Amino acid sequence: MTIAFLIPLLPLLGFVLLLIFGKKLGSPNSGWLATAAVGASFVVSCVVLFSFLSRSAGNPYRVQHFFTWMSVANFHLDVGLLIDPLSLTMVLFVTGVSTLIHLYSIGYMKGDRDFSKFFLYLNLFVASMVILVLSDNFILTFVGWEGVGACSYLLVAFWFERPRAASAGKKAFVVNRIGDFGFLLASFLIFQRLHSLNYKTDFSHLNLLSPTSATVIALLLFLAAVGKSAQFPLFTWLVDAMEGPTPVSALIHAATMVTAGVFLMVRVAPILALSHIALLTIAIVGLATAFIGATSACAQNDIKKVLAYSTVSQLGYMFLAVGSQAYVAAIFLMVAHAFYKALLFLGAGSVIHGLHDEQDIKKMGGLRKWMPATSITFIIGWLAIGGVPPFAGFWAKGDVLLGAFSNSPILWAIGAFTGGLTAYYIGREVYLVFFGEPRWQQLAVKGPFHDSVHESPRIMLIPLYVLAIFSVLGGLLDLPFSKHLGFLGRWLAPLFAGLPQLQRVPVSLEITLGTVDAILAIAGVVVAHLIWSKNWQKPSLEPVFLNQGWKVDSTSDAVVARPGATVARLSSLFDSTFIDGIVNGVGALGVKIGTSIRKLQNGYIRNYAMGIAIGTVLLLAIELLRVTP
Amino acid sequence: MTLLAVLHFPLLSSLVILPIIFAIGVALIPKDQVIVIKALAGVASLIELFLGLMLLLIFKTNHGGFQFVSLHSWISSFGISWYLGVDGISLFLVLLSIILFPIAILAPRSSREPKSFMAWMLVLEGASIGSFLSLDLFLFFAFFELTLVPTYFIISGWGHQKRNYASYKFFLYTFLGSAFLLVGILALVVLHQSATGVLTFNLLKLASRQTFTTTTGIFLFLAFTIAFAIKTPIVPFHTWSPDAYGEAPAGGSLILAGILAKLGTYGMIRFDLTLFPTASIKLAPILATLGVIGIIYGALVASAQKDLKRLIAYSSVAHLGFIVLGIFAFSAISVSGGVLQMVNHGIITAGLFLLIAMIYERRGTHLIEDLKGLQKPAPVLAAIFTLVMFSAFAVPGLNGFTGEFLILLGAFPTMGIWVVFATAGVILAALYMLWAYQRTFHGPAEGANAHIFDLNTKERLLMVPFVILIVFIGVFPQPLLSRIDPSVRQLVHHVEQHMTKTSPSQLASAKAGK
Repeated sequence: MTIAFLIPLLPLLGFVLLLIFGKKLGSPNSGWLATAAVGASFVVSCVVLFSFLSRSAGNPYRVQHFFTWMSVANFHLDVGLLIDPLSLTMVLFVTGVSTLIHLYSIGYMKGDRDFSKFFLYLNLFVASMVILVLSDNFILTFVGWEGVGACSYLLVAFWFERPRAASAGKKAFVVNRIGDFGFLLASFLIFQRLHSLNYKTDFSHLNLLSPTSATVIALLLFLAAVGKSAQFPLFTWLVDAMEGPTPVSALIHAATMVTAGVFLMVRVAPILALSHIALLTIAIVGLATAFIGATSACAQNDIKKVLAYSTVSQLGYMFLAVGSQAYVAAIFLMVAHAFYKALLFLGAGSVIHGLHDEQDIKKMGGLRKWMPATSITFIIGWLAIGGVPPFAGFWAKGDVLLGAFSNSPILWAIGAFTGGLTAYYIGREVYLVFFGEPRWQQLAVKGPFHDSVHESPRIMLIPLYVLAIFSVLGGLLDLPFSKHLGFLGRWLAPLFAGLPQLQRVPVSLEITLGTVDAILAIAGVVVAHLIWSKNWQKPSLEPVFLNQGWKVDSTSDAVVARPGATVARLSSLFDSTFIDGIVNGVGALGVKIGTSIRKLQNGYIRNYAMGIAIGTVLLLAIELLRVTP
Repeated sequence: MTLLAVLHFPLLSSLVILPIIFAIGVALIPKDQVIVIKALAGVASLIELFLGLMLLLIFKTNHGGFQFVSLHSWISSFGISWYLGVDGISLFLVLLSIILFPIAILAPRSSREPKSFMAWMLVLEGASIGSFLSLDLFLFFAFFELTLVPTYFIISGWGHQKRNYASYKFFLYTFLGSAFLLVGILALVVLHQSATGVLTFNLLKLASRQTFTTTTGIFLFLAFTIAFAIKTPIVPFHTWSPDAYGEAPAGGSLILAGILAKLGTYGMIRFDLTLFPTASIKLAPILATLGVIGIIYGALVASAQKDLKRLIAYSSVAHLGFIVLGIFAFSAISVSGGVLQMVNHGIITAGLFLLIAMIYERRGTHLIEDLKGLQKPAPVLAAIFTLVMFSAFAVPGLNGFTGEFLILLGAFPTMGIWVVFATAGVILAALYMLWAYQRTFHGPAEGANAHIFDLNTKERLLMVPFVILIVFIGVFPQPLLSRIDPSVRQLVHHVEQHMTKTSPSQLASAKAGK
């Protein structure tokens, strides 16, 4: 347990080493250094897990304090780590998936001018993410929270010479700041009411919170999560963030950072439990986002944007689970999603790599012959996310929908239908990319293109294989058949011990619901096959409204961004004409009233200024003479 | 007890007077002896650094009162004394001055006529440190006024195209404020004399007994505060600052924003709260409102600026608004945060002005539209700019966060609505800074922008102190806070005593926040 501090420290050390030696190490060695740092962090996480398992009879918490961060008057904040089943689950999958994506990036980023800088940012990201989940107080979590946001900015805008990448990076940061506004205000309110920002202390004094305060705090924290985890209406930044290198999309914008909001909600579950309104809001926003994301994904033509909307949708499911107090299901889906969505993104990256940076799925087709390993693993990812049994997604999403059902059958119905859509829209992508006729001949810019379309190197394929295995077997984490098989549920149970428990659905109904899920998933697969194995264009199924993500972006542009810019311009005009106008007017008036305009010219002020200077120096001289030793 | 203390070495007096003596020394050397002039300025800076280090090492923590006090009767017939002392509120502002002045002297655009530039800078250093250390109102006023002179000459002598306009405006505007301050000081002293029979400019004596009615107190408070509000500047008294910051040479803008702006906020803490606690409480909502207007309005106007230096000037108005809010929330947390943020803002803004000066050295312009894609030819410049920018908009883990966070946290219980708006300002700060960065550093570099050089060794070394301080205070602010906190608590306690007299409800709400 005492070595837990190494989990954030190792990637931080990797960052510092790359800062100093990165340029010299160059490609691929700086990549290997970064991978080793994160891999070592994963190993340490495993060691900490085992020592935790062997020692933690009864007590679900271990706390490690390092130093006092800020201590003023009655405010005291330590830098400390909280090691519990939740934070351990998070660090294990974060460092594990990160290691694989680091490895993949060594191949993907080969030849990039800023190769070592990429890994420097990546290591800093992992360190921030790990701090976020391990922190024992709100504000250290906030350090990680904004730290991952800053790294996301740097990595989305990694190819900064492309104006769209630069804008996307900025947008990601600014939209996240809207959420951070909620995070900060929630912290202030918590400190005012509970006099502490430490999780353990706060949670043991929740009886001091009035229902109103609890609701306000919960909703403010949810606002933070909406920004970070790209929920409606703040999800458009995630779609734009696809301008970043694909490993970044896989790591930050699918597997880890965007799940931070879900993590936060689970961490503050004791506060959420105090507010029915907040829970209901979370469930409804989550479900709405799941639906909007899934429908939008149906009409995308960019291989990564399909996956981006899909991520938005899957995150919505996780919030649906949180809002239904099915916290274990939320974490289960988060982990399973990390596996299969990272797999899909890395597969997409492999395709983009093989096709020389082409991302339009309408210009692909038939790639399974050229990229067999990529296509097989991608198909596994499809079946996993689609919820086809027995792949991981079936079990995880099944648990979420079960929680939603005990909340309200309506939530379940919309959620289950969206599940069928999921199998359909990834299916559309699979058929357009890997099946049908090759449509990429026209891309041949130089030389025979056929020869240069290639499968990715082994360093990129190994992570695909590993993630594919987990996407198949991920369900084993928490199977429903027997209490003994619900590992994740038992492991996380102490966290939610005092909270209202889910109403258990009768086993027969549980089986029925699961069967319906499976049927919908398979239906999605079949429909995708029927339509997209033969066609590659079907405008009626790809409406512009969905392609533009329900026009949320253009609406917020018209409602917020452009009026905001106008206000800024008007303020500036007001400042230079009105306020400064008064100042200069008064000044000019003063000059007129004064006896002579000439005196205010250069010499006057100069002489006056010199007068002050000489006078003061003389006074000082007097003082100097008076100081007697 | 260290050796210096045993010898009764006049540490504070030396910190104030040495730069001025060296300035006279520099002035006496012939113009063409550039090396001797530079060496002299260098020696002065090194001695100051050494004395500053001593000050930091000997300074007692967990001690709220004044230390290293130097009290000599000066013009005794008027009750004026040479009275210096340092506490947790002034300590780090003095140290900040000691660090920033050598950097300002080495900053770009000082090479023309180095003799007078260095002499003026040294005078300004002495006057600034003197202002932070004076506990005699007359002495404070003398130093406060003295800072105007070198600043005026530095802007008008080494500034950009509109330097004459900017320097007049700066001088006249702040001088107008000083006139109010002078009247306020004299009125206060006279009132005190007529009530007690003692003629004194001694801050602590004047504060120990309130010799005026509440209404008179409000007028006195206003006289002081107008001077400080112009100096800071607080909206709507800010319009001199974009001109002065924009037209001053790099070293000048760096000192204006890094040090001189703090004279205003420092004055509010040291003199307004100490001398006029009742009036401070009465007018706190107005001041806090002006601070919050500054945060939002400064950010909005900043985002419409076309010139990088003017953009930083308006962002400075916004960040100083946080400090004003912190001061007038009267919570020990928020005032400590305000003091810490004065130091942080000094570091960050000085760093930004220095970086912009380095861009100017290469491209001969501050206009955003003339710059593009600088990150490609100058990655180190871009990286350091990014770090300082992150701290400017309060990314946690960097120093800008620690101060603003404590201000907002401490102010929230008594000034919830103000804090909500101020926190919204944090979003805007990210917006205009990132947008400016994008237009300056991102995108393809063409023409002259494509061929600029990255930072050279001297420039990198100049930036090292900024990088270290930004990260250190962000990760480990406690060494500063543990020295700031006791003095702030004492001051807040002083204000709270008057709160009991004024209104029980205000006290109750303040107590609830603790």
